Amino acid sequence: MRAARDAYGEVLVELGKENADIVVLDADLSSSTKTSVFAKAFPDRFFNMGIAEANMMGVAAGLASAGKIPFASTFAVFATGRVYDQIRQSIAYAGFNVKIVATHGGLTVGPDGATHQALEDVALMRVLPGMTVIVPSDAEETKQAVRAAAGHVGPVYIRLGREAVPDVFPAGATFEIGKGNMFLPGISREQVIAAPPSTLEFDVSFIACGVMVKECLDASALLEAEGIKASVAGFASIKPFDADLCLALARQSRLVVAAEEHSVVGGLGGAVCECLAENYPARVLRIGVLDRFGESGSGRELLEAYGLTGPSIARKAKAALR
Amino acid sequence: MWKLQSEMEGGGPSIEYVEEMASRLRYHIIRMVGAAGSGHPGGSLSSSDIVAALYFGGILRVDPRNPLWSDRDRFVLSKGHAAPVLYAALAEKGFFPVDVLLTLRKMGSPLQGHPDCKKVAGVEVSTGSLGQGLSLAVGMALAGRLDKKDYKVWALLGDGECQEGQVWEAAMSAAHYKLDNLRVIVDHNHLQIDGPVEKVMSVEPIAEKFSAFGWETVSVDGHSVRELLEAFRRPSAGKPLAIIAETVKGKGVKFMEGVAGWHGKAPQGEELDRALAEVTMREKAEERGQ
Ligand SMILES: Cc1ncc(C[n+]2csc(CCOP(=O)(O)OP(=O)(O)O)c2C)c(N)n1
Ligand SMILES: [Mg+2]
Repeated sequence: MRAARDAYGEVLVELGKENADIVVLDADLSSSTKTSVFAKAFPDRFFNMGIAEANMMGVAAGLASAGKIPFASTFAVFATGRVYDQIRQSIAYAGFNVKIVATHGGLTVGPDGATHQALEDVALMRVLPGMTVIVPSDAEETKQAVRAAAGHVGPVYIRLGREAVPDVFPAGATFEIGKGNMFLPGISREQVIAAPPSTLEFDVSFIACGVMVKECLDASALLEAEGIKASVAGFASIKPFDADLCLALARQSRLVVAAEEHSVVGGLGGAVCECLAENYPARVLRIGVLDRFGESGSGRELLEAYGLTGPSIARKAKAALR
Repeated sequence: MWKLQSEMEGGGPSIEYVEEMASRLRYHIIRMVGAAGSGHPGGSLSSSDIVAALYFGGILRVDPRNPLWSDRDRFVLSKGHAAPVLYAALAEKGFFPVDVLLTLRKMGSPLQGHPDCKKVAGVEVSTGSLGQGLSLAVGMALAGRLDKKDYKVWALLGDGECQEGQVWEAAMSAAHYKLDNLRVIVDHNHLQIDGPVEKVMSVEPIAEKFSAFGWETVSVDGHSVRELLEAFRRPSAGKPLAIIAETVKGKGVKFMEGVAGWHGKAPQGEELDRALAEVTMREKAEERGQ
C-alpha cells in the first residue's frame, strides 16, 4: 500500500538530480501533491505560484519555451478544468514540453466533496491534440510513468489519486507511453496481440486505469470462482491509446469492460468505444461515474455507492454476459 | 435556539451577544470537524467573529422561514472550505436543526465538505474552488440594482484566495459598475496551505490594491466585534467597500493559532479533547458572564 503521490515526490527528486532542466511549480498545495519534497531538495528550481493556477500554467509554458522541463502540480480539478484554456492555447497548441501532474483525481478524494472530485479531467485533456494522458494504477507504475513523461518531448497530463492504494503493477513490467500492460492472466501484452483468433477464450476482458485496476482484479477473482474466465489489462496510457491491445482483447473475449474512476463520458471508456466501434464492433460495458457530480463521503463509501467496487463490477459483467 | 436576549432589549444586538454567538460557532466548528475526522478548522475559526457579526449583529437581513425571500441580503462564502462556520451560523439562525451539524462531510449529509446551494437552505451559491465567489457576488449586486432592490451583497474571501486573478477581474468590474451594494470582507489571517501568504505569494499591500481598483477600503481587527460592526454599518460611498479584517488563523484554540498545519486537518483523540475543552471553557465562562 502506497499513495501514488508519495512516489511522485520521490521520483521528482531523482529526476531533479539527473537533469538540471527539471523545474517544478505548484499552486499552494505542495504538501498535498508532494512537490514539497522536490522543493526541499532543489529550492531554486521550485516555484510556488500561490493560489493562481492559470498563471502557473502560463508560466510553465514560458519556462518550457526557454528549454526547461516544467512539472506543474495541483489537484486534478484545478489542474485541468480551471485552466483548460491556458493549457489549450499556451501549452498544447505550441506543443510545449510541460508535464502536468495532478493529484486528488476522482471520487476517492472523499469528504471534500464534488468541488474537489475531478471526474472530467481525463476527457478534457484527452481531447487536446498532442496531449499525452496517463492514469497509473499504483505507486510503482506512477514512478515509471513520471520518468517516461520526463523523457517524452511534448505536453503530458498524469492523474494520480489521494489515497494509499495496493501495489498491483506486475513485477518486472514496464510502463511505456502508448502501451497497455496485462495484469491478469500471466501473459504479456505481446502474447495477447500475437494469439491466433479465439484461442484465449476470455469471457470478459477488463480494460482499466487508476484505482479501478485493483477493483477489476477483485472482480475477475470473483468471476473466476464462478468459472467465468477473465483478463485484466491496465491502460494507464489513455492517450496515445493502445488500439492494438484493445482490439486483440476484444477479439479474444465475449465482453469488454472499461473501468475508470471518471465520468463514463469521454474518458477511457470513451476511448475503448471509439476504437472498437470503428474497427471491430464489440459489446462494451462502461464502468464509471454516470454523468453526475460526486459528493462527500469516504473514498470506499463512494466507490461502493457509485458501483465501482469489485463485487459490483463482477455483478454487472455477469449480467451483461447472460 | 440561542436567546436573542439583547434584541429583546430593543436597539441592535449587543456586542456581548454577538461575542457569545461567535464562541458558540467556534464550539460547533470543533465538534463538527472532530466528528467528521477531516475538514478545515483554521480558516473557519479565523472567520467566526466576522460571520457572527454578519448573522447575529443585525447586519444580514435573512429569514430562515423564507430562505429565498427576494429582498434578502446575500452572503457568499467565497472561501468555501470554511463551510463549518457558515453551517454553524445557519443552524443557529434556524435554517436547519443544530444536530444536523454533526453529519458534516458524511455520506448522504446535506452538509458537504464545501457548501452546496442545492442541498442547504441559506447557502446562496456553491463554492470551494477559490477565487470565484466575488464574481458571483458582482452578478447578484448587478441583479439587485436592475430589480431596484435595496439588498446588500457580502462576500468573504481568504487572503490566499486573493492570489487568484479572477478576484481582481471581479474587483475591477465591481468598481466599474459602481456597485455600492457590494461589500467584501478579506479574512486576513496571513496563512494559506503551504505557509505564510507573505512567503508563498505576497498579496500586499492588499487594502491599497482594492483602493487602486476603485474601492472604498477599511481595515479592522477581525476579532473585535465592535470594530467589525462599525465597518459593516458604514454608509455607502458610491462604490464597493472592502473590509480588510486582521485575524489569527485558528483563533480560539491556542494550539491552532497561527499554525498553517491546522488549515485542513481535524483534531482527533487527545487534541480534540483539548480543543473542545478550550472552546467549551470559553463558552461556559461567557455564560457565567466572565
Ligand atoms: C482554485 C483552488 N485552488 C486551490 C484550492 C485548495 N485550497 C483550499 S484552501 C486553500 C488555501 C486558502 O488560503 P486562504 O484563502 O488564505 O484561506 P484561509 O486562510 O482563510 O483558510 C487552498 C489552496 C482550492 N480550494 N481552490
Ligand atoms: Mg489565509
